[in-house]
Amino acid sequence: MNVIACAKLVPTGTPTLGPDHLVVRSGVDGALDPGDEYGLELALQLTEQHGGDVTVVSMGPDEAGQALQRALAMGASRGALVSDPSLRGADALVTARVLAAAIKRYPFDLVVAGVESTDGYTGTVPVTVAEILGVASVTAVRRLEPSDAGARIERMTERGYDVYECPLPAVVTVTAGAVEPRYPSLKGIMQAKQKPIDRPSLQDLGLSDTKATQTVTAVKDAPTKAGGEIVQGDEAVVRIADLLAEAKVI
Amino acid sequence: MAGAWVFAEVTPDGPHPAAFELLTHARSFDDDPTAIALGPGATAAAADLGAHGAATVYASDDPVFAEHPGRPAAHVLAGLIEAEAPDVVLFAQTYDSRDVAGRLQGCIGSALMGNATSIADPRHARAEIFGGTKIVDVELAGPAPTLILLRPKSIAAEPTGGTARIVPLEAEVPEDERGARIVERHEEAASGPRLEDAKVVLAGGRGLGGPDAFAMLDELANEIGGAAVGASRAAVDAGWVPYSYQIGQTGKTVKPEVYLAAGISGALQHIVGMKGAKRIVAINKDADAPLLAMADLGVVGDLFQVLPALTEEIRRRKGS
Repeated sequence: MNVIACAKLVPTGTPTLGPDHLVVRSGVDGALDPGDEYGLELALQLTEQHGGDVTVVSMGPDEAGQALQRALAMGASRGALVSDPSLRGADALVTARVLAAAIKRYPFDLVVAGVESTDGYTGTVPVTVAEILGVASVTAVRRLEPSDAGARIERMTERGYDVYECPLPAVVTVTAGAVEPRYPSLKGIMQAKQKPIDRPSLQDLGLSDTKATQTVTAVKDAPTKAGGEIVQGDEAVVRIADLLAEAKVI
Repeated sequence: MAGAWVFAEVTPDGPHPAAFELLTHARSFDDDPTAIALGPGATAAAADLGAHGAATVYASDDPVFAEHPGRPAAHVLAGLIEAEAPDVVLFAQTYDSRDVAGRLQGCIGSALMGNATSIADPRHARAEIFGGTKIVDVELAGPAPTLILLRPKSIAAEPTGGTARIVPLEAEVPEDERGARIVERHEEAASGPRLEDAKVVLAGGRGLGGPDAFAMLDELANEIGGAAVGASRAAVDAGWVPYSYQIGQTGKTVKPEVYLAAGISGALQHIVGMKGAKRIVAINKDADAPLLAMADLGVVGDLFQVLPALTEEIRRRKGS
């Protein structure tokens, strides 16, 4: 089973917006989005059990190479990074088009991604990629096993979970807690330096229009809530009960 | 007049409550919004959607939409959009609706905006980012319709008492375009009020140390009456409680009269889901926990002592 894992470089710490109203990504400390590590771990486990390779695909500034290095050190076989100045400020649609075009360059049975990025939280890019690729998708996956029909997948829902039968190839997003991401071993870190990272250009991908359709026109600080009172010790219990009584809920 | 459509999620209990909020958002710039309801119960849902302002409801009760979530709905929407040319389609920021929106974007190539909290017109909406610390105004270009995902509970649903015209949809979804199929459904037995509806929400985090400690919150909820128990993502990821408990960016948004957080430090991801609570109480042994700073009442202390003592105190007050 060949698996492609999507990876995103996100700023470590709270992201900031630059004067152009875009998230500052260059020159800040960044790391592989923790949410992507779950998909990557699932991909590694599947290929370890059933054979095949993991290719990790990313779009981002040159620094996104750091995220790829970590993924390679965890055990992915090769990386692909699409980096182009015109992609700065790319929206969900441009991102999905770029990822889909990059993914298509490799054979795959499964594409894995995080449920949503920890900086943007839109959470739609993987299914848009699936639509562009013309394949099935299941989001919020907590378990996946190959089956006769393709894959048997458990998806978390607001009320519990559903079991899916999913034809392959497919795109899935993997929830935190589905698997425990491994730490790269020293050997893995050394080996990662030898692994290939492809750098296809937008032209290689056959993409010309990468203009974002979303523009931030104004940014302001949200009103902060003034903190209340801090209490300790025996007083605390009485004060909480008083507050509940004041709110007329007891 | 801008043509606003609302994608109304249909659940076994009727329309998803967020659909009524979407109709209220839509009516701020379109007097006669249209709702699209797909799946078993869709036609029956039209009455409630009409009572919340939908002038027209496109409905199909075809089980294909429930058995194959996402893809068939997106393809049917794409066809309807081509025929009717709306200016904007509104979705709730839920797992199911955003899957439809993401698929639809792949079909029609329109702009898609997530996590919106309000909408001025089909091309302009507002969102809160970075855990609700910044407010951004966003302009959307590209082909119509724009696709905007609104966070649940960002507006109160307002009934209009109207009646919708129902347009039955004849949907033909080819076998090879259906995608993944649901073969089993598992629902956790729910007791007490829903998290989203409860007047009091008691939430536990990493500080509870394990699944057993949630029993303290259950007991307190029982004693208060009408309280629901939730959790932070950390407690859910650790497997202590199911995902249905999760409050935050990923998970449920709650706006109770009182929100009591026990052992939750207050990551931005959590704050997004509860900052609308009227009164916030936070219990944490770490005086630097960010949630203490935004609480109306912050308790620096051991939750293993405070929670049982609080249950006892409420019992005592009720008894007297």
